[in-house]
Amino acid sequence: MSDEITGTEPGQEVAPSDGDTKALRPGEWPPADVEHHLRRTDTDPKAQARAVRQVATMFMLSAVMVVLFIVAFIAIPRDAVVSIPFIGPISALNSAMGLTFGLAIFLIGAGAVHWAKKLMSNVEVVQERHPMKSTEDETELAADIYEVGKEQSTWAKFPIIRRTMLAAMALVPIPFIVSLRDLWIQPADVGTPSAELRRTIWEPGMRLVTDITYQPIKADEIPTGGLVNAVPENLREVEEDDHNLNARAKAAVIVVRMLPEEIQSQQSPEGTDWGYEGILCFSKICTHVGCPISLYQQRTHLLLCPCHQSTFDLSDSAEVVFGPAYRRMPQLPIEVDDEGYLVAVSDFPEPVGPSFWEISRP
Amino acid sequence: MSTEQISGIEKKGASAATYVDERVHSNSWFSRNLNKVFPDHWSFMLGEIALYSFVVVLLSGVYLTLFYKPSVVEVIYDGPYIPLKGVTISEAYDSALAISFEVRGGLLMRQIHHWSALFFVVAIAVHMFRVFFTGAFRKPRELNWVVGMTLALMALAAGFTGYSLPDDLLSGTGLRIIEGIILAIPVIGTWASFLVFGGEFPGVDIISRLYGIHILLVPGIIVGLITVHLMMVWTQKHTQFPGPGRTDKNVVGYPLMPVYMAKAGGFFFLIFGLITIIAGIVQINPIWIFGPYTPDQVSAGTQPDWYIGWLDGALRLMPNIEWIIFDYTISLNVLIPTVVLPGLIVTAAIIYPWLEAWATGDKREHHVLDRPRNAPTRTALGVMAIVFYVILWVGGGNDIIAVGFDLSINFMIWFLRFALIILPALAFIITKRICLSLQRRDRDKLLHGRETGRILRLPTGEFIEVHAPVNEEERAVLESKPDDKPLPEPPESDSAGVRNPKYKSGRRAAGLSRFLYRDTIEKPTEAEIHHGDEAIEAEDDFEAPLLEREESMHVAHDGSVLAKPAVDAPETTSDNGDGGSEQS
Ligand code: HEM
Ligand code: FES
Repeated sequence: MSDEITGTEPGQEVAPSDGDTKALRPGEWPPADVEHHLRRTDTDPKAQARAVRQVATMFMLSAVMVVLFIVAFIAIPRDAVVSIPFIGPISALNSAMGLTFGLAIFLIGAGAVHWAKKLMSNVEVVQERHPMKSTEDETELAADIYEVGKEQSTWAKFPIIRRTMLAAMALVPIPFIVSLRDLWIQPADVGTPSAELRRTIWEPGMRLVTDITYQPIKADEIPTGGLVNAVPENLREVEEDDHNLNARAKAAVIVVRMLPEEIQSQQSPEGTDWGYEGILCFSKICTHVGCPISLYQQRTHLLLCPCHQSTFDLSDSAEVVFGPAYRRMPQLPIEVDDEGYLVAVSDFPEPVGPSFWEISRP
Repeated sequence: MSTEQISGIEKKGASAATYVDERVHSNSWFSRNLNKVFPDHWSFMLGEIALYSFVVVLLSGVYLTLFYKPSVVEVIYDGPYIPLKGVTISEAYDSALAISFEVRGGLLMRQIHHWSALFFVVAIAVHMFRVFFTGAFRKPRELNWVVGMTLALMALAAGFTGYSLPDDLLSGTGLRIIEGIILAIPVIGTWASFLVFGGEFPGVDIISRLYGIHILLVPGIIVGLITVHLMMVWTQKHTQFPGPGRTDKNVVGYPLMPVYMAKAGGFFFLIFGLITIIAGIVQINPIWIFGPYTPDQVSAGTQPDWYIGWLDGALRLMPNIEWIIFDYTISLNVLIPTVVLPGLIVTAAIIYPWLEAWATGDKREHHVLDRPRNAPTRTALGVMAIVFYVILWVGGGNDIIAVGFDLSINFMIWFLRFALIILPALAFIITKRICLSLQRRDRDKLLHGRETGRILRLPTGEFIEVHAPVNEEERAVLESKPDDKPLPEPPESDSAGVRNPKYKSGRRAAGLSRFLYRDTIEKPTEAEIHHGDEAIEAEDDFEAPLLEREESMHVAHDGSVLAKPAVDAPETTSDNGDGGSEQS
């Protein structure tokens, strides 16, 4: 790289394309062999003076913008709204700060670029390249140094040191990896992940309640063609105990009602009914990758996932009729209790949510 | 030092420089680097945009950390945004809302952060295609291509982890899909998911874990990789487009000090300012509208940021195949679009420089860029990849399109599935054709010069079009076309009949080489060009006397020709001052 110290030998004569020879100063590269276009600012002192004014004005305006920014920060209330054409109503404070701060920054850039384009040298110059490859001498010297070092280290002489060190180095990251095990601290009463994924908080006799107001649902409150989003009655307590949304992420269900004769099949064993007078309950969590579903077309009984459009026929055991999901939406067996409220008969017989490696294990 | 007056500040600067130099040998470095030459081209600013938006991302991100709380502890919302008053939300969401509504400048910084993140990813992507299409990844820059690819992946990781932090409905839905994908991983899926989320989805750990990754790990890796990336650019010096006097042994452009400092430094402010102005007036990711995350709600028609959308599209277009082997489940419907497909694409992209080098057998250094037309197969492959990506991205918005155009989703999916196979192939063929016809035009220009549009009638009655020689600059560009020839088939055995041990791999290289370089329009030889130049001169000879005569004519608007007065008379007959020959 030492040959890059200066452009050329100081004082070397070069012939720029415009004909007259002039000496290069140290630190100057020779001009490239292309036509050099003179700018207005190179030939016309008035144009040059104008460019100087323009650059200085931009830098000055930038400073003005900083002042305006501070004015906006103090003067504009947080909740004021302005309407910008084509963009719509937005926060006045935000847009005023954005515009003033943005322009303050932008004008510095505009000034610098204008300065470079109009006033700085626009002569293209040439610098030599050198191959990336080191010279033979350098490579040889490096190899020699390596050899000397290798010998002095006794690396080759005592293979037992070499081998034990490599083994130790290979093993030493293991404690770190093992330490990652407690990214999940497994509670005493909790099984393997796959066992947990199969289980929800639904239990025999658990009432279905609406998902926002937690009202128990009477069978006759659901009109034919209707859809109700529901959760287990104890969800609120579970969430308060656990301080998380895990139970909800598996237990959310939808309840739909159709005419009993419209039901072609259910997930219950042949001849039995997991619904109640045409009311059927299904998991709300898509078996594809887990989005909650609630787009339901009552005429066709099709349930459509908004994420990737898997479509399930609720009148036919919620089988997949279209889209990327493979498994049907699990059905929750329901009945009514003495007071006429919908309750679960049991937990889901099939795991809810996305498929996983062990899901079809017995 | 020259005779210019030296100001007091400069004197102080010089003594400071000496002070530092006596300790770290810095003047030596400056002497070699301060006037480093950089070539000029608009497309070389793409990488700069990426760099500068990253700086903006860093600055705005640090501001956000002062207010954001990565915690899912539940709080009751009690801020100025009325629709959410009294709703139980996470502290993360609460703090993001406070940044948006209560902290003055908070919304601006949030929007600057998100907009600059988008600029960052877009600039990286376009920059990568610039490098690909111009062959800038060739020796000696293969390693930097890999660094760049890793940077692109890290940018996606940064974007995705950031998107999840506000804990609004959209960010949670994105995480849910990630969980579904992790669960689909064979053998370790369930355990991996429990380790990532600290138990079941969504758990209480993921936000704070992503926070550390988002603000420390990923940006740290990005800063490290950018440093390596730029150091390599610095030592290898920038590539340049073909032009007069530009070779693989030099670099033609402007010196760092002063022109490039002013231009590149100024450009940083332009980008920063532009992002800030956009963030001031164009809303992005209005998290308050989506509401807090809860795993049983989703809003239809919402879209992930563009760089994730294509994976969503791939998930949608994939047919529903799931294998169950010995009671174990392999969800190909999830694994193929989100793991296998991106894995293959990234691997192919990473090894491409070596594939091409293998197929050319070329060990030279390349510093002059290819014009995309002169590498037709490579260009066609790039366009094919873009079309493939766009179709998947459209697939990610198919519900919005279906509603907009009143099409059935079913139709859209089938249409896009076919399109995904047919359109990229079509794009490949068409691009290659276009490249070859551009090459043909270049060849004609080199051989016969530029068509001037002037028609001459020869004494023989024949009509010819007058050609002008292409100028020096254009000629240099045209002549830059490389003579890439497919590798020959390797011999099966040598003359002594010994089997060639490299026969098989040689045949494969030759096959790939044919695919890449078979189709090309030969560059004219020196002799042909010389011959062409003579023809142009001959035309000139024919035309010269006519032009001379024309010089003395004045062509009026109606086409009548008048003798030109000796002195420039007032414009009475024509406003076309010089009696232009182009009208003859
Ligand atoms: C490396 C590139 C980075 C990218 C692509 C990126 C991208 C994002 C995105 C898309 C968001 C969501 C913003 C929203 O709309 O609310 C976000 C949030 C956030 N980012 Fe980054 N980021 C990056 C680096 C950083 C760094 C370096 C920091 C801090 C040192 C940071 C701090 C934050 C914080 C605190 C949030 C949450 C703020 C909120 O949501 O209101 N980011 N990031
Ligand atoms: S999550 Fe329902 S289709 Fe993908």
